[in-house]
Amino acid sequence: MAVPANHLDHLDRLARGDARADRLFRWSVAAAGFFVLAGLLGAALTMAWGGREAFATFGLDFLTSDHWDPGNLVFGGLAPIVGTLITAGIALLIAVPISFGIAVFLTEVAPPWLRNPIGTAIELLAGIPSIIYGMWGLFVLVPFLAEHVYPTLSRTVSQWPIIGPWFDGPPIGIGMLTAGIVLSIMIIPFIASVMREVFMTVPNRLKESAYALGSTTFEVVWSIVLPYTRSAVIGGIFLGLGRALGETMAVTFVLGNANRLANLLEPSSSIAATIANEFGEAFADLHRSSLLALGFVLFMVTFVVLSIAKLMLMSLHRREGN
Amino acid sequence: MNATLLRTTLVLGTAGLLAACGPRPAEAPQDAAAPPPPTAGVDVTGAGASFVFPLLSQWAGEYAQATGNRVNYQSIGSGGGIAQAKAGTIHFGSTDAPLTPEVLEGARLGQFPSVIGGVVPVVNIAGIEPNQLRLTGPLLADIYLGRITRWNDPAIVAINPGLALPETTIKAVYRSDGSGTTFNFVHYLGQVSPAWAETVGPAATSVRWPTGVGGRGNEGVAAYTEQLTGSIGYVELSYALQNDLTTVSLQNAAGNWVTPSIASFQAAAASADWANAEDFHLLITNAPGADAWPIAATNFILVSKAPSDPVRARAALDFFRWGYAHGDARAEELGYVPLPEDVVALVKAYWEANFTF
Repeated sequence: MAVPANHLDHLDRLARGDARADRLFRWSVAAAGFFVLAGLLGAALTMAWGGREAFATFGLDFLTSDHWDPGNLVFGGLAPIVGTLITAGIALLIAVPISFGIAVFLTEVAPPWLRNPIGTAIELLAGIPSIIYGMWGLFVLVPFLAEHVYPTLSRTVSQWPIIGPWFDGPPIGIGMLTAGIVLSIMIIPFIASVMREVFMTVPNRLKESAYALGSTTFEVVWSIVLPYTRSAVIGGIFLGLGRALGETMAVTFVLGNANRLANLLEPSSSIAATIANEFGEAFADLHRSSLLALGFVLFMVTFVVLSIAKLMLMSLHRREGN
Repeated sequence: MNATLLRTTLVLGTAGLLAACGPRPAEAPQDAAAPPPPTAGVDVTGAGASFVFPLLSQWAGEYAQATGNRVNYQSIGSGGGIAQAKAGTIHFGSTDAPLTPEVLEGARLGQFPSVIGGVVPVVNIAGIEPNQLRLTGPLLADIYLGRITRWNDPAIVAINPGLALPETTIKAVYRSDGSGTTFNFVHYLGQVSPAWAETVGPAATSVRWPTGVGGRGNEGVAAYTEQLTGSIGYVELSYALQNDLTTVSLQNAAGNWVTPSIASFQAAAASADWANAEDFHLLITNAPGADAWPIAATNFILVSKAPSDPVRARAALDFFRWGYAHGDARAEELGYVPLPEDVVALVKAYWEANFTF
């Protein structure tokens, strides 16, 4: 039976219309994808272009000197760069074990009725604005640490070999260690919730087999859960690190904003805090340019950190033969 | 920008047409001494120093009620105020550090003081009440240079007989954000201490501090000072007065001990040599008056001498004319110090001479 020609035409038109709509859809989602790339490139190039005067004037000194002097227009960004790396490093040292504990507790140990409330609490913690963390840090944590913790640290730990000099400062409570602690509390929710999600994806039969062979909970977590989820766990940690590197407001409150190289108990500065502090009143072109150059450095630091994470993941994948 | 230009052209064009059509009045040139007629129903935009924001927004509210003119002031910082005033995007700018006559000439801007403020050191030492502790400018400089590190330093004890000063380490607190407060404070330190001038250099809105911790804004400095026992910080007068902070007494250029108050700040402004300061380019730190507070400062307003919109520029001047006449009570209530009468007279004479639009 022959199909009427006009009916064929109709089908044809429908098919063409579908193809057109599909192309439009592809283009719009592709545009959305490229928007990210364009935004990223645009931001990096704008900051590099804005900072070209600083790079041209100070050259490598901009990265290796800690002499930051807006009054005499001499800018070396080493202190904020080091401050950013150290505070983020302290934050990771504290946040990773605690987040790991939270995630294991919630997926392996806690009774089922407790898992949801704690899980929700962690997500709420992630939603608290950073200025609240900053104020809590300054008004609650700083006096506590200055009275009860830092005097002991600066008296005893400062005598220890190797790490001693890092704790040899006046126990004023404002400084890099405090900033690291506040940052760690801010990034724990991010790392913990990623870890919890991926720990839940481990197939039950794997864990059950291990338990059946007589493994303890620790052995199951260490030998089954962690290897199975390794790459996602590292991804979660670097997500937290990225946030710690760029955090501004909370750090400004407790870091002390002193553009000097410092040990852990002394006030120092971070890139984001320096920019936030000085950009509004940067009269001189060179000052403004130096702040933009610092922004570019922060961008590059974050980029390098994330690249290292990707490389680590790739080498893990190769070793696992995936 | 284009819209503003268009509006200006329309306003000017209409005015010109009306003038042409109307019956030509007898050739009566406007009396140069008489103020131009007050404008009505005009929106004026200003931007700049955050220091005057609380006062200008209060004044603007009352001014709108009194005259129907609206003034919109954006607190974007002195640097932004200068840049916007130079670019001509606002009708008046505001800065805590005055521009030099050369810069003003290059940008076709006029400059005049608005209100007096200044800097007050505040301390947190156990058992010390407000204004009990006496300090001199060189001592302040030595503290912020890290050369005097304990409160019972002989130099401090010598000028504070009878005051029990503890052995506590001195923790210096400064403003971490660029600010006019810092500019005036370090300008004063540089004037009274050669060591400061040599180590830190010229005054700027943020400098390289040899020691101490930085708090963001007046509230940040106050919070750090409150948290750290044995600390010293510096805040704006209005902030210190409104929050009952532990202020100190200072020795002024005349050798007298003065406490921070509206009277001592006004004395500083009155004793300054405004009459000989071109474009009011004058910092009144270390003022010579017998009762003058040594770290007083004025905020400055920038208005274009050749504005693209003369109607609004005139309206901006009218706003300050109104503020000088009716705003003193409100200013004092907010912790600002009104300009002395003779300085206001100088400002008005400056307007007549320079703003001929």
